[in-house]
Amino acid sequence: MRKVYLDYAATTPLHPEVRQAMMPFLAETFGNPSSLHDWGDGAREALEVARGQVAQLIGGGAEEIIFTGSGTESNNFAVKGLALAQQNKGKHVVVSAIEHFSVLHSAKTLEKWGFELSLVPVDKYGLVAPEDVRKSLRKDTVLVSIMHANGEVGTIEPIREIARITKENNVVLHTDAVATAGTIPVNVKELGIDALSLAGNQFYGPKGVGALWMRKGVRIIPFLDGGVQEEGRRAGTENVPAIVGLGKAAELAATDVTARIEHLTQLRDRLLKELPAKIEHVVVTGHPQNRLPGHASFCVEFIEGESMLMLLNSNGVAVSSGSACTSRALKASHVLIAMGIPHALAQGSLLFSFGTDNAPEDIDYVLEVLPPIVDRLRQMSPLYSKFIKESRGGG
Amino acid sequence: MPVYSEKVMEHFMNPRNVGEIENPDGVGEEGNPVCGDMMTFYIKVKDDRLEDVKFKTFGCGAAIAVSSMVSEMAKGKTLKEAMKITPRSVADELKGLPKNKFHCSNLGAQALNKAIQDYLSKKTGGKK
Repeated sequence: MRKVYLDYAATTPLHPEVRQAMMPFLAETFGNPSSLHDWGDGAREALEVARGQVAQLIGGGAEEIIFTGSGTESNNFAVKGLALAQQNKGKHVVVSAIEHFSVLHSAKTLEKWGFELSLVPVDKYGLVAPEDVRKSLRKDTVLVSIMHANGEVGTIEPIREIARITKENNVVLHTDAVATAGTIPVNVKELGIDALSLAGNQFYGPKGVGALWMRKGVRIIPFLDGGVQEEGRRAGTENVPAIVGLGKAAELAATDVTARIEHLTQLRDRLLKELPAKIEHVVVTGHPQNRLPGHASFCVEFIEGESMLMLLNSNGVAVSSGSACTSRALKASHVLIAMGIPHALAQGSLLFSFGTDNAPEDIDYVLEVLPPIVDRLRQMSPLYSKFIKESRGGG
Repeated sequence: MPVYSEKVMEHFMNPRNVGEIENPDGVGEEGNPVCGDMMTFYIKVKDDRLEDVKFKTFGCGAAIAVSSMVSEMAKGKTLKEAMKITPRSVADELKGLPKNKFHCSNLGAQALNKAIQDYLSKKTGGKK
């Protein structure tokens, strides 16, 4: 059976060159970067090379990079740490309604700690209006956190415009760039932001490693207390092999970004166009143009995502869904609901995310196996039979 | 994939008794698309027995397997026996359901029960 992985938004495979770069650090170069001998020196030098590579990817300074254990950690660190560092100035934070849970739940934790939280809405495409950010600002606002792009619906947010507003009002702006850093060009200076999160497993680096970039001079409360690793802001012996891998992945992403985008955009645009043409009652979610290059998301009416996922998997195809049944919490995607998509339709969410290994034949295969799956589940669906009866009765 | 038993997977891949019954003796609906699962059961009753049971289900793998299992367990049973089918007995027959799916997806027994109640109320209504 053909095996087709279309879930790169969940995680990417390791690039062979990344794996190669990591290998010595899983073997002979095992030293602790804090140690004051040759073993330590080897590890410390590797760490600093990686810091430079990650900084270069996003146009920041090497000394502004803090390595973390994941994108989620970077977001927790940024939202809580940046807010806490400024609590004498004010206790109001602003995030969008479609943030990743690592931002949203961190913001909710701040609420429990006495902060006030404003959620900025999005339109039907998942776009934040910069003016809505402006309206949400108060005298005591200390932090705005808006994602660069949404991993569920692919929409890219107008961060540059939002940054102009936060700068005018002297408010720190953090952006969760987990979906964009290493995928599309990201430059912290051009964006005009103060802090940015990224994660290695989104661009062919290893899992369990991320980074937080902070503009020099921005204050943050340490996330983990302990030793002086990462300038005392993130204590704990560094995950050297993973950090080396992150660095290499960043270097490769910076070099290959244009070619990767071209390849991914072709695959994406074909599926965005051909899937709704091939299956009735399918809607594209997210922005039609202003979206991540390898990202095609839909809602299929009258049926539920998990059952589609299971049948696609039995045909060798791996995708994601934002349906309630696919989430541990059994709640429909907060992103789709914030975009005004009705619950029943949100249940039929499907997300295809492409990577460097995908070929046009993978799209052919999806277009071949998905229609009978949808048909089969619709034949089983009481919502579909109601729809058919009503449309017959009406017409 | 969600952690489903082989039995759940088997019923999901080959669900029994999918469909509707024309002029059913009873219809029962449970759940709603907001929570993610919705089931409609149709029954045909003869001599106090479930001569035919069919269903339509909107929902996850567990919901489809549950519906299929309930229809199989109920078919041929007397109404009294069929009313003893519970979410627990359905889950047991399926060799277990994931904890978080037990309540939301395990609506088959209730939907069947509603169909039987529908039949009974029509019957007594007819006698009156």
